[in-house]
Amino acid sequence: MVKPTRVTNDIRRLRFAHNEMTQAELADRTGVTRQTIIAIEQGRYSPSLEMAFQIARVFGVTLDEVFQYPAQERETP
Amino acid sequence: MGSEERSAWIMLVVSLTAYAIYVAIVVGQAGKAPLEEAPYVAAMLWTTGAAIVGSILLNIIGSMVMREGAGKKDQRDREIYRFGESIGQSFLVIGGVAALLMSMAELPYFWIANAVYLAFFLSAALASVAKIVAYRRGLPAW
Repeated sequence: MVKPTRVTNDIRRLRFAHNEMTQAELADRTGVTRQTIIAIEQGRYSPSLEMAFQIARVFGVTLDEVFQYPAQERETP
Repeated sequence: MGSEERSAWIMLVVSLTAYAIYVAIVVGQAGKAPLEEAPYVAAMLWTTGAAIVGSILLNIIGSMVMREGAGKKDQRDREIYRFGESIGQSFLVIGGVAALLMSMAELPYFWIANAVYLAFFLSAALASVAKIVAYRRGLPAW
């Protein structure tokens, strides 16, 4: 069964904060297709660690400023 | 829609069309006689050849009409391709085992050939469906 990823991201907000960067431009700068950027933004695809670093580097921020991995209830102490 | 997702749609449409035409021809030729006596070899070869040529032509036309991302493939495309092919290949194995058992049982060639052909069709169609679902809803979390 297909499950949505738990990884969330702020790519959309960061794109707008960077001169309203388009999905196509971000895709070009990270070497992926625009459809992959759309899928990541919508939480339908978890990028590899390397792709995640490349996206963070485009925005000049750290990885956890782009991607978050919220803890589940039972994981919290 | 990216070029790889478009290819999956083309493969699904082509495989469904080719198999439907094949079944219609063989059933039509059988008439009221037993199905296993119907001539099937020419229809099988022609629909297989037409499906290969048709998918190549449609992919070329598709990349000319929808130029965005033509030929571009990334990590997600490769993951989805592997996921779809792993599902498709399982049907090839099932078809191979079915053909082996049917040969041992000395069933008519008609049924053995058609079991393998059905497996080819299911492999192509279900691999395409799996890829399309993965593109639309995401890859399953393992």
